[in-house]
Amino acid sequence: MTDIEKALLEKISNLHKIPSGAFSIRRNGKMLKKSSTTDIEIVEKQDGSGIDIFVKPNVKNKSLHMPVIVTIGGLNDLVYNSFYIGENADVTIIAGCGIHNSTCNDSRHDGIHTFHLAKNSKLKYLETHLGEGEGSGARILNPVTNIYMAENSEMSIETIQIEGVSSTLRETNAELQNGAKLLINEKLLTSDKQKAKSNFKINLTGEASKVEIVSRSVAKGSSCQEFKSNLIGKTSCFGHVECDGIVLDKARVISIPKIDAQSNEASLVHEAAIGKIAGDEITKLMTLGLNKAQAEEMIIKSFLMN
Amino acid sequence: MLELKNITYTIYENDKKKHILEDVNLSFQDKRTYVITGPNGSGKTTLAKIIMGIVTPTSGRILLNGEDISHLTIDERAKKGLSYAFQIPVTFKGLKVCDLMNIACGEKNNVASLCEYLSMVGMCARDYINRPLDNKLSGGELKRIELAMMMARKGKVNIFDEPEAGIDLWSFENLSKIFSSLKLSTNIIISHQRKIIEVADQVIVLKNGKVEKIGEGKSFINNIEQIKCGKLRGEND
Repeated sequence: MTDIEKALLEKISNLHKIPSGAFSIRRNGKMLKKSSTTDIEIVEKQDGSGIDIFVKPNVKNKSLHMPVIVTIGGLNDLVYNSFYIGENADVTIIAGCGIHNSTCNDSRHDGIHTFHLAKNSKLKYLETHLGEGEGSGARILNPVTNIYMAENSEMSIETIQIEGVSSTLRETNAELQNGAKLLINEKLLTSDKQKAKSNFKINLTGEASKVEIVSRSVAKGSSCQEFKSNLIGKTSCFGHVECDGIVLDKARVISIPKIDAQSNEASLVHEAAIGKIAGDEITKLMTLGLNKAQAEEMIIKSFLMN
Repeated sequence: MLELKNITYTIYENDKKKHILEDVNLSFQDKRTYVITGPNGSGKTTLAKIIMGIVTPTSGRILLNGEDISHLTIDERAKKGLSYAFQIPVTFKGLKVCDLMNIACGEKNNVASLCEYLSMVGMCARDYINRPLDNKLSGGELKRIELAMMMARKGKVNIFDEPEAGIDLWSFENLSKIFSSLKLSTNIIISHQRKIIEVADQVIVLKNGKVEKIGEGKSFINNIEQIKCGKLRGEND
């Protein structure tokens, strides 16, 4: 790997070297290297469109790294990955995509991920998206995440996109059976003329199913973000969406909530607050000795990181 | 010594000129505790904010040890040793208690040293330092953390805007201990509460934006209620 590739890999997945457990590294539209373990098996799909990942039942405290790096311009990479998490398994998947584009041609990666969580399984899914490079070519990421959660399964998703991605359209769809719990934490920062759209459609099909979505975003420059959520409660269930946005400069943030209670037992809540940095937060930090710029930087950083 | 010279703050309400503060002249000596009291709307909080630089007066000057600090920004005044505790503590989305405490201390601290300040307000550092400073904390907890930050700052001039407002019984009973621990600083406390007023070396009564009276001692405090529109709160508690 080149130095640029190594640096990119570290930024999106904290990997300094090839990991020891199960992993799959995709580079410029092709599988670079993969490794299965007795607990986690990675199999290339027969049509070559992506990989299938099988986590065996009852596997606990194991992790899988699966970073994607793109370092060339003009690439249009589309990959289909399917994850099968066995019953009672409890694992962490560290994914992410970094695009370093120093050309004038656009580079694009669309990861279509489908998760099948078996009964009582638990999955923690971490995903970092990053764009960089001095070229004028766009860095585009359009991830699709489809989630099927069986009874009493739990999934927690943490997605972070910190600057550099010219355009992103994120689609997240989930279907929750009885007692399934889904927690999504989304952090997003856009600047310049970047565009980011995030659409959630969550079907709370099972009794006592629960979803919690927390989206925190900062829009700088003349960037534009759109957050659309659609929670559908079909039975006794709980859904909560919280969308907090900080708008700076000439940026724009749009939040479009939809909550659809199809049962009088469904409890669905949507909260959205979008605006500039609260003046009293800046004032407070200034009374502690930070200047205005330092105060703003600290507020934005902690808003996205904590 | 902190001096306020001819401080006036004027606003326009329905095109009518209104003095929130009018020609206020005050001197605050080093290592003394002052309580500013007076009826609601007498200009107490505005005066405190003017000292910190949060509100800019229409006219007048502020001198710290002879140096004119009237044109300094809030952070520049903070660096000169001014410290401010808000009546309603500011909450954040993201910043944790330890982040604020570290800025207040001016350095990164371990749990042990943060414990020193938080335990003075009856809080266990381990339970709180990693909690976000947001409105999931109760009003009393936020107020105590605000006081802990003041102690961590080690300011030369500490301004407290109604430190007793919204706090629980524990903190109220211990407030006077907290002010005693800050006796090396100049403390300017805005308060209606008799127990707080009694810790003052000097009491300043504001009314309709003007200094109505300055005095000290029990008999002066007993007479404040005649100066003010209403009785001091807590007097008959």
